[in-house]
Amino acid sequence: MEKIMVCLKRVVDYNVRIRVKQDGSGVITDGVKMSINPFDEIALEEALRLREKDKAKEVFVVSIGPSDCQQQLRTGLAMGADRAILVETDTDIEPLASARVFQQIINKEKPELVILGKQAIDDDCNQTGQMLATLWDRPQATFASGLEITDGSATVTREVDAGLEVIEVDLPAVVTADLRLNEPRYVKLPDIMKAKKKPMETIAIADLGVDTTPMFETTATEAPPVRQKGVLVNDVAELVSALKQKGFLT
Amino acid sequence: MSKVLILAEHDGAVLNPSIAKCVSCAAELHAETVDIAVFGDACGPVAEQAAALNGVTRILTVERAENAHQLAAILAPQFAELASDYAYLLGPSTTYGKDVMPRVAALLGVGQLSDVMSVDGPYTFKRPIYAGNAITTVQAPADKPVVATVRVASYQAVATGGSATIEPANPVCALPDHSRFRELKSGGGDRPDLQAANIVLSGGRGVGSEENFELLYRLADKLGAGVGASRAAVDAGYVPNDMQVGQTGKIISPDLYIALGISGAIQHLTGIKDAGTIVAVNKDSEAPIFEIADIGLVADLFAVIPELEKQLG
Repeated sequence: MEKIMVCLKRVVDYNVRIRVKQDGSGVITDGVKMSINPFDEIALEEALRLREKDKAKEVFVVSIGPSDCQQQLRTGLAMGADRAILVETDTDIEPLASARVFQQIINKEKPELVILGKQAIDDDCNQTGQMLATLWDRPQATFASGLEITDGSATVTREVDAGLEVIEVDLPAVVTADLRLNEPRYVKLPDIMKAKKKPMETIAIADLGVDTTPMFETTATEAPPVRQKGVLVNDVAELVSALKQKGFLT
Repeated sequence: MSKVLILAEHDGAVLNPSIAKCVSCAAELHAETVDIAVFGDACGPVAEQAAALNGVTRILTVERAENAHQLAAILAPQFAELASDYAYLLGPSTTYGKDVMPRVAALLGVGQLSDVMSVDGPYTFKRPIYAGNAITTVQAPADKPVVATVRVASYQAVATGGSATIEPANPVCALPDHSRFRELKSGGGDRPDLQAANIVLSGGRGVGSEENFELLYRLADKLGAGVGASRAAVDAGYVPNDMQVGQTGKIISPDLYIALGISGAIQHLTGIKDAGTIVAVNKDSEAPIFEIADIGLVADLFAVIPELEKQLG
């Protein structure tokens, strides 16, 4: 393959304890640590491994968002990506709009493989990869936990509810990464320094000429209902008794 | 009045329990009709089961050889072709529904609402974000089809007793040949399905090995329970991936959930927040799972399991 495209999303770090704003207008993100969406990091790791196995010549990363996304793109470059593209916008965009933007990049770059995380841990939509594959009129292999590339096709092991499904798709294709696809490498200081010299291109989203109008409107954001505090029992006998009181184990 | 079309999930013989829950969500839309589309190479038995669900009007069967393996790129164009008359297009939020529905949305040029947990109005829905740590109320436009996946753990299954009509449908569209099914390696076992079981026992890293999970299987058999696991247990290789409960595994809502040796990471709790009663057994009294458990027992699961078996007789 010539090129692998990896899509990275800047999200609230997965370790951060999420707090909802009192006025119901959203989640608190000011001053909160931001990172590459963990599933996208796994996607990038997989692309890098393919390049290291000489399955591809170049890995480039793309992100859509405000100029601060460059931090995540730089981390991607430090991990080993060859170059980065930022499609700059200050407004949140929905998966369909992201897919349309990525489709424009695909038209320009013509990668043989596009890999991204199966879902972003902020909106948990799990749609972008599938929508992108559809706009591109190409196959999708979602929830990948195993990926083999041979001669113009990809054999993908997918984690599904029933177990592990193996499918084969012709390239070019979109693969979405699941948790167990790999364990991403750590970024070391020398790599961070090297990354500063790698190309970072910025494109204004308006220049791509796609419709990014949101379809949905979020009118309220609330904390989830809190479960009532429970009780501690001292031994199994008490546990069984407590369960029987609730109507179980009869 | 509007119409709902639901994408059926099945394995060729049995309709997936998630569909009865989708029908339940559809009922909240107060639609004029609720239809279910069944794709496959032989749809008969599954169509019969779908027709028996209460509140369903018609079952549309699309029987073709290409549909045997439920590949998203093959099913989506056909479902989109059938969609023209419908205001709501629903699929279950299972790996199958998540695979197919976004393709349908993109073909129709619309966005999708993933994991709908409640219907607040004809175009108003609630869905979780940030692993369920925030719930959003979302407004969808009234002049476009609503494509959504239904958060199965948020709904009860509708009862059977219905008698929908079954009719063949023949959506005309080009079907791609760029995707091929090779095999399905099933976790296997004839234990109750994790997503449908009323009681679920779950093991975490504390169980320690694949062999030790036998203790849970035995206890589960006594209780008629399904068995799940935390991500840590799956990563460690104790159990196959289809047992994983949590944000990126299965989100379940059994009446009783017993967590053994599970610490209670946020991502795991996402998967069990809707359980009726949560019981936690962990020898670490500081384990976060005790914050959400209704009944907690600070003890060694290896002592608790045999004692429980004894007390159950």
